[in-house]
Amino acid sequence: MTQLDLSRRTFVTSALAAGGGLMLGFHVPVAQAANLVMGDASKAPAEGAEINAWLTIDPKGVVTVRTPHTEMGQGGMTSVAQLVAEELNVPWKDVRAVLADANRHVNKGQEYKDMSTGSSNLVRNRHPHIMQAGASARERLREAAAQKWNVPREQVKAEQGMLSAGANKGGYGEFASAAANVKLAEEPKIKAYGDWWLLGKDVPRMDVAVKVDGSAIYPIDVRVPGMVYAAVKACPVPGGKVKSFDAAAASARPGVVAVIELKQTKDKLANNDMRSAIAVVADSFYRAKTALDLVKIEWDVGANGSMSFAAMDKQAVELMGKEGKHVMEVRGDPRPILGADAKALKSEFMRPYEAHAPMCPPTAVAHVTKERVDIWSFTQDVSALLRVAANQAGRDHKDVFVHATYQGGAFGLGNAVDLPRQAVELSKQVGKPVKLIWTREEDTAQTRSRPPVWAHFEASLDDKGLPKAMLSRAVAEPGVPAYADRGIANIPYAIPNYRYERHVAASHIPVGPNRAPGSNSNGFLMEQFIDEMALAGGWDPLEWRLKMTEGNERWQRVLLKMKEVAGFTTKLPKGQGMGIAVVESHGATVGVCATVEVSRRGSLSIEKIVVVSNTGYVINPRAAHEQVRGCVAWELSHVLHGGLDIREGRVNNVNFNNYKMLRLPDMPKVESHFAMSEDKWWGGFGETAGPPTPPAVANAIFFATGKRVRSTPILKHDLTWA
Amino acid sequence: MKLTLNVNGAAHEVDVEPETPLLWVLRDAIGLTGTKYGCGISECGSCMIHIDGQAAKSCNLNVAAAAGKKIVTIEGLSKDRSHPVQKAWIEHTVPQCGYCQSGQIMSAAALLQKNPKPSDRQIDEAMAGNICRCGTYIQIREAIHAAAKTGV
Repeated sequence: MTQLDLSRRTFVTSALAAGGGLMLGFHVPVAQAANLVMGDASKAPAEGAEINAWLTIDPKGVVTVRTPHTEMGQGGMTSVAQLVAEELNVPWKDVRAVLADANRHVNKGQEYKDMSTGSSNLVRNRHPHIMQAGASARERLREAAAQKWNVPREQVKAEQGMLSAGANKGGYGEFASAAANVKLAEEPKIKAYGDWWLLGKDVPRMDVAVKVDGSAIYPIDVRVPGMVYAAVKACPVPGGKVKSFDAAAASARPGVVAVIELKQTKDKLANNDMRSAIAVVADSFYRAKTALDLVKIEWDVGANGSMSFAAMDKQAVELMGKEGKHVMEVRGDPRPILGADAKALKSEFMRPYEAHAPMCPPTAVAHVTKERVDIWSFTQDVSALLRVAANQAGRDHKDVFVHATYQGGAFGLGNAVDLPRQAVELSKQVGKPVKLIWTREEDTAQTRSRPPVWAHFEASLDDKGLPKAMLSRAVAEPGVPAYADRGIANIPYAIPNYRYERHVAASHIPVGPNRAPGSNSNGFLMEQFIDEMALAGGWDPLEWRLKMTEGNERWQRVLLKMKEVAGFTTKLPKGQGMGIAVVESHGATVGVCATVEVSRRGSLSIEKIVVVSNTGYVINPRAAHEQVRGCVAWELSHVLHGGLDIREGRVNNVNFNNYKMLRLPDMPKVESHFAMSEDKWWGGFGETAGPPTPPAVANAIFFATGKRVRSTPILKHDLTWA
Repeated sequence: MKLTLNVNGAAHEVDVEPETPLLWVLRDAIGLTGTKYGCGISECGSCMIHIDGQAAKSCNLNVAAAAGKKIVTIEGLSKDRSHPVQKAWIEHTVPQCGYCQSGQIMSAAALLQKNPKPSDRQIDEAMAGNICRCGTYIQIREAIHAAAKTGV
C-alpha cells in the first residue's frame, strides 16, 4: 500500500510547533489567498510574528488569521478573516486563513473564548470578540510605530496594511514583531456599523480553490503511516446492546486485524456517550467493511424493538385531542371563547424524524501512543473533540492534539456522535493509528435525528375576520421537547387570547440539533395554520400578516419587501399557486414566497422561491445569498422526500436509494433579497432561510389544488385535482 | 490479485481482491483521495470519475473491470485547476462544504466533453446523479453554462 503526503515526523513536529494555527501537518495546501477570483491560487500560510492568538503577520505584511470555528461549508473561515481584516485594516488580498489549534485553546486559558460552531453564532454573536482581536492588533501596530518614530499613537495612521505618520511610513510586516510586545493601558473599542470598509462587501470564500481539485482534506482523507481501517456497527435499535457475537468468519478474512466489541458505558445515553457496537479493524476499509458483514451479532434490543413511527404518530394524534400538561405561554385565556364558538377553526399538522446525512460520512482518525493522542474527526467543535478524546484515552488535555480538517457538512450532528470515542478506543486497543468510517447506512441509522413534531391549532375569529382567540398544542418527543416550542410558543401575531400547550410522546430514537432546530419543522405547522385563519376570515395572507404584526419593525420590513418584490397573488389559475410564510429563528426574520405548478395528475413543480431575509446586518452579501439558496435546498429535500422510516425500533431507510434528497433537476430558481433593520440586532444566515420554505410551498400547493398538505414528505400526498 | 491500473496517465500496480470497488483502490491503495465515498450504492455521485472518457461512479465498479482502461480522477483533470470547469467553479464559488464537488466537476466535465453547449434540460439530465447536501445546485448550473461559454 502506498502512503502519501504525511510523514510521522512532519505531522508531529508541526502539531507541536503550531502554537497557533497549523491546520494539518502535511503539505496539502490549506490556506487560500483571498482574491481567488483574481486567479491567485492557494498559498501556504506565512510564518510570521504573532500579535495575538488570532493572527500572525509576516515580514511582507501577509496576515494569517486563525479561525477557531469549523469550516463545514458555511464560510466560517472567510467570516472570521473578514471580521479581523475589517479592524486590522489590511488589503483583503494579503489575508490568509487557517484553522486554529484546539490544544492551545484548551490548555492556555481559552484564548479563542469559544471554538464551537452552531446556532448561527459565528457572525451573529461572536463578531464583537473576533473584531476585538483585529482592533487590538491594529492598535499595537500603531503603538509600535509611534514608539519607533517617537510620535504619539494618535498621529499614526493604520490603513490598508501601511502605518504612517507625516513622512514616516512602513508596512505592518515591519512592525509586527515589535507590536507583539506592546502592552496597552486600554484595549480599543470595535468599529460601529457605518464605519466599515470591508464588512458588507462581497468577498469570495477562501476555501473554494482547494475544493475544486480534490486537495481539500476531510477526516476521511487523512492518512497516517501505519494506519489501519475500521468499520463499525452499533445496535440498530438505539440503546440496544450486543448480547453475543461470533467473529470466526470475519477473523478468517484476509487483512483483518481484530474484531472488537465496544461497550456502552452509561445506562442513559447522551450526546457522545459510547454505544454498544462491534468493530472490525483491517488493513483496508473495504476489507474491514466486508468482514463486518460476516460477524454474526445477536442484539438485545429490549422493548424498543417493537416501536414504530406509526405507533408514535397514533399516540401523538390522541394526545393532540387532550389538554396539554405543560402550558408554556398564556395571554388571556382563549378556551372559553373557543368553547363557545361552534365555527372555531381546528387543524392538525405533523413533521417526521429527519437525518442530517452530511455528504462526508462521519469519519475519525485516531492515533493513541504512550506519549500523546492525535485525532482528526467529524466535529463542530475541535475543543470539545479534544476533551472527548482525552476522556476516552484517559489522558491529560495537554497531550491531546486535534488536527482540524475541512468538514464535509455537519448540519448540527457534529458534536453529537460517539465516533471519536470509538476511534480512540480502537486505536488504544490495536496500538496503531485507526481510520474509522461510518458507512452511509451506519450514519443514517445512528444519527441524532431531527425530532418529529405534531401540532393541533384552534382559532376563533372576530367580526373583522381576525383571530380573537387561538390555542396551539404541540406534541414533542422526549429528547429535546423544547424544540417544539420554537415559533409556536412565541408567535409575533397580535392575537389577544393565546395559549400554548405541550405534550410529549414516548420514543427512544435519539435526537439532536439539525440546521435551524425546532424552527425547521415548526414553520410548516404554524405558517400553514396562519394561512387557514387568514383565508377563513376573508383576508389576503400577506395583508393578514402585515395587519397582525403592526408595530413589529423586523417583520414589517420583511413583509413589505416581499410585497414589493415577490408579486404575491392569490388569483392565479387553478394548477398554479403562490404561497408565503415567515419564520423567525436564530435572530433572523425570513420570509419566503413560493410559486408552484401542480398538474391535474398531481405532479408538483416548484418554479420559484423568493426569500427576504432580515438579519439586521450582512457582512458578506455574496456568501449570504449562497447560504440562502443552500438552506432552501436543504428544507426542500426533507419537505418533498424526507421522513425516516422507523419500524421495529430502527431506521429502515438508511441510504440515498430510500432516504431521498433533492437533486439538481428539481432545484427551483431562488431569488434572495435583504430587508435589513440595522438595529443593533444580529441574526444568522447559515440556517434561517430553511424554516419558511416548506410552509410557503405548502401554502402555494393549497392555492394550486385546494388541498392542504398536513404532513411531510409532500410527495407522498395525492395532489391530483379536477 | 495483482492488477495494473492506468490512472491519470500513470500505471499503478495494486494487489487487491478483484471485486474491491475501484473507489477504495483509488483512495486507499493508490492514495488519490479526491474521489469521495458518499453512499457506496451509486446513488450520490461523490465517487464520479472518467473511464475511457465517460463519467462513471467508482463505488460500485469492481476494480478488475477497470484494468486496462483509461481512468481519470479529479486529480488528473488538470494539474493546476485550469480545466474550464474548475475555473468556472472557482469563479462562481460553487463549493460550500465541497465534499461532493469532485464528483460534480467530473460529471460536468464529461458532459461538456460530449456536449459543449448543453441546454438546461441536458444539464439537468447529466447532473441528476450527483447529490449536494449544501444545495449548491444553482451555482453548479451557472458554472456549467459559464464553462460552456469559455469552451472545454
